[in-house]
Amino acid sequence: MSVHITSPAFKENAKKALADAPLQSALSKVGPGFIGRRTAAAGLLPEFDALRDSARDIKNHTLAHLDLYLERYETKVRAAGGHVHFAVDAAEARDIVTDICRRLGAKTVTKGKSMVSEEIGLNDHLAACGIEPVETDLGEYLIQIRGEAPSHIIAPAIHLNKDQVEADFRRVHAHLPPERNLSEPTALLAEARGELRQRFLQADVGITGANFLVAETGTSIIVTNEGNGDLTQTLPKAHIVLASLEKLVPTLEDVSQLLRVLARSATGQEMSVYTTFSTGPRRPEDVDGPGEYHVVILDNGRSGMLAGQLREMLRCIRCGACMNHCPVYHAVGGHAYGWVYPGPMGAVLTPSIIGIEKGANLPNASTFCGRCEEVCPVRIPLPKLMRHWREKEFERHLTPAPQRFGLGVWSFFARRGWLYRPATRLAMWGLSRLGWRAGRFSTLPLAGGWTRHRDFPAPEGDTFQAQWHARKAKRGQE
Amino acid sequence: MSSRDIVFASVRRALGVTGAEAPRRQEVDGRIAGHPRGVIPQRAQLPPAERLDLFKRMVLAAAGTLDHLQDAAVVPEAVAAYLRARNLPPALLRGADPRLADLPWHLQPTLDVWIGASDGRQLVGLSHAFAGIAESGTVVMLSGPDNPSTLNLLPDYHLVVVQAADVAGDYETVWDRVRAAYGPGEMPRTVNWITGPSRSADIEQTLLLGAHGPRSLHVLLVGEPG
Amino acid sequence: MSSPSEKRPPSVGLFVTCLVDTIRPGIGFAAAQLLAQAGCEVDVPRQTCCGQPAFNSGDRITTRALAEQTIAAFETFDYVVVPSGSCAGMIKTHYPELFVGEPDWMPRVARFCAKVHELMAFLVDVRGLRAVAARYDGTVTYHDSCSGLRELGVHDQPRLLLQSVEGLELREMADADVCCGFGGTFCVKYPDISGAIVEKKAANVIASGADTLLAGDLGCLMNMAGKLQRMGREVAVRHVAEVLAGTGTAPAIGMARREGGT
Repeated sequence: MSVHITSPAFKENAKKALADAPLQSALSKVGPGFIGRRTAAAGLLPEFDALRDSARDIKNHTLAHLDLYLERYETKVRAAGGHVHFAVDAAEARDIVTDICRRLGAKTVTKGKSMVSEEIGLNDHLAACGIEPVETDLGEYLIQIRGEAPSHIIAPAIHLNKDQVEADFRRVHAHLPPERNLSEPTALLAEARGELRQRFLQADVGITGANFLVAETGTSIIVTNEGNGDLTQTLPKAHIVLASLEKLVPTLEDVSQLLRVLARSATGQEMSVYTTFSTGPRRPEDVDGPGEYHVVILDNGRSGMLAGQLREMLRCIRCGACMNHCPVYHAVGGHAYGWVYPGPMGAVLTPSIIGIEKGANLPNASTFCGRCEEVCPVRIPLPKLMRHWREKEFERHLTPAPQRFGLGVWSFFARRGWLYRPATRLAMWGLSRLGWRAGRFSTLPLAGGWTRHRDFPAPEGDTFQAQWHARKAKRGQE
Repeated sequence: MSSRDIVFASVRRALGVTGAEAPRRQEVDGRIAGHPRGVIPQRAQLPPAERLDLFKRMVLAAAGTLDHLQDAAVVPEAVAAYLRARNLPPALLRGADPRLADLPWHLQPTLDVWIGASDGRQLVGLSHAFAGIAESGTVVMLSGPDNPSTLNLLPDYHLVVVQAADVAGDYETVWDRVRAAYGPGEMPRTVNWITGPSRSADIEQTLLLGAHGPRSLHVLLVGEPG
Repeated sequence: MSSPSEKRPPSVGLFVTCLVDTIRPGIGFAAAQLLAQAGCEVDVPRQTCCGQPAFNSGDRITTRALAEQTIAAFETFDYVVVPSGSCAGMIKTHYPELFVGEPDWMPRVARFCAKVHELMAFLVDVRGLRAVAARYDGTVTYHDSCSGLRELGVHDQPRLLLQSVEGLELREMADADVCCGFGGTFCVKYPDISGAIVEKKAANVIASGADTLLAGDLGCLMNMAGKLQRMGREVAVRHVAEVLAGTGTAPAIGMARREGGT
């Protein structure tokens, strides 16, 4: 389901989302919760903005030397007894993972939350290979049992309410007594904990993503609040890390800078509960831990992004602050974006991966209000990068015809002031006559999109320029 | 060409480099060898007594609990009291850490102390932290037979002994100590930073404790800063 | 106060924006009046559009042509003042991007952009205006338009001047700094989403209990006025300059004009 792309149908998706009452109710909680907590956390740390600069600089430095840090990282992982696999695209990454699972005779794999796993459509592929994937992050588990994709990069089930969760648990956990009380979120959490605890202990392979990879030590890092990712990687025979190549950072000090802005930007916590640094498989003296450690490094279009403006997008640390602050995300939620990455970061990243032909709606569906850039912990100029995609779309003549035509007519006049001024005078004179009595229009030809939701004010009359110059001429005569 | 070669070639093409440029290599080697610190918050640079106060406050702010004990010798007594107060059976699982082994457990004859990794059946785990971090109320756990990682994750109640002298202001100080213990560029298999008990807000953004990891994190802070 | 020459009043080229030019010229006259009060010599060179619609639609060629046209028309003034945060932001922060790598243009564009100011920021930050001589009997709430707020730092300036208006009570609404959903071409490309966003804004305006909504951008004002009126609300919607210039008695945006009115 996760590789199924509905981004071209963004408008229809959005329309459905706007009419979906439970979804709207869930979305109404996104802003107040996340925004207030982030603001409070940022306010408690006077160095927060300086840390954002530091985080940006670390990522810029790493990306400019990415080949060398990748080499260093790879050497260190191997030295620690781990394996590094490079995957050019999604299909190759899926094959690498299933090959490891098959070799180990894996029946079930537990999974920590990984957006790269969603990007490569891993769960469907594992299932098709007869290997059962079990999502262990509570939000991911909720959407897995519903057969849905995540609607947010850090809160995948943010579109659901507890009644929906209860109904799903009664359907899926049919072996539990039907009369049990699940009316409170605590009961739902306890049930998920109980169900998943067995799966953790049974799993043959654990798959997690990575928030960061450290070149200095060959370490992968995951950040969780539940502890699910940590159990996922500690208990099974093998731990597989799925990471896209821009997760690299040079040193432990560098990652500490980034961790100081990550949780504060994401959930408004000072630090997430579990920050786990993993280096290779279990050591000879260890009494627990995975016997094998594999890292799959995925490119999937990212290396190409290093060449131009889009390199800035590769600084992203997946905190979700951009979508938490986005008025469009608040209105339509994550599924409307039609692929794995929603919100402003998705609007920039998605076209890089699935192509601008399919992803063109996403960078267009922004008011350019700039709030995403204002809160981004690594200062990605998201509106500028969305505009970059709009330019690509325009250059390649992919802009929808009515829009291109409208823009063409407008620019024809705007570039010819001697035509623009009489034309606007005439148009405003006409409109002001028509709207004289009401002061506004409730329908207007060619402006149906506007007047479907709001009135359009009637112009006052003559244009400002005409009036100004008439007055000036009059003053000159006096 | 292997996929590895394709990826490296593509990265280098996009960056306009060959990978052989000496100045770039020097830059990367220098950064890893020097591992410069970036911006260290003021609050992480307090004098020892205030640092310890901050650590205590931050542990509580992260929904952890904390006992400040003057001497390690009273740890078994404090553990027994903790279990009694919560009506828990008097049993716990710990690793082989000599700092835990050397405690006077015999003074708590009713307390069953088991040693090893957790298989998920134990309610209470006890670990010894490598360090505490004041700026966020974090405890730093290193994997190994002394303190198996499963103890951090599987028991419902995780009790952690932290020496006051091991409480650092910031993360960077702890990395220096890890380097001193393991060598530059080397790490134990797992380093767990733990900041409070497990939690989830995935159901309607309601924050609930005890998602998959421990429902309670109790810090036994021992002694005064050195 | 700073001006290039203390001898003569600074010359200000007023870039009214295409929306003010066509839909609500009263804002242009209010701006000119405020600039005159702040000791400036105002003129209005022939102008069309700053190019923002083309810029945000990915049409760099048209944008560039309009930028050259605007620069040529306004660069002889001491200052260029714009009664709109989004058009001022377009010129001041985005024009330089259009000329990157062109040594013939870059210094000229930089000199030009340094002279460009949003009206409220110009009055307060450049001209040192702290009060106006105006009266407005009403409770007003102020919406921070996105570009003015985030690209140009317009936030305190309009509030400072509004506090000096006799009879006016400023009552902040919740989420005053959240986008109204206008977004230029966004509102026609994605009308349903835009409609949903402005609905939330209208609810915040109504909840504030203010009888007047002010902002510094006509696009946002038209969007919010149109929504409030579609909802049948009596909130008067005006540009902040109109109230500060004392022309706040003219019919509000989208309201019927009195017979024989201007």
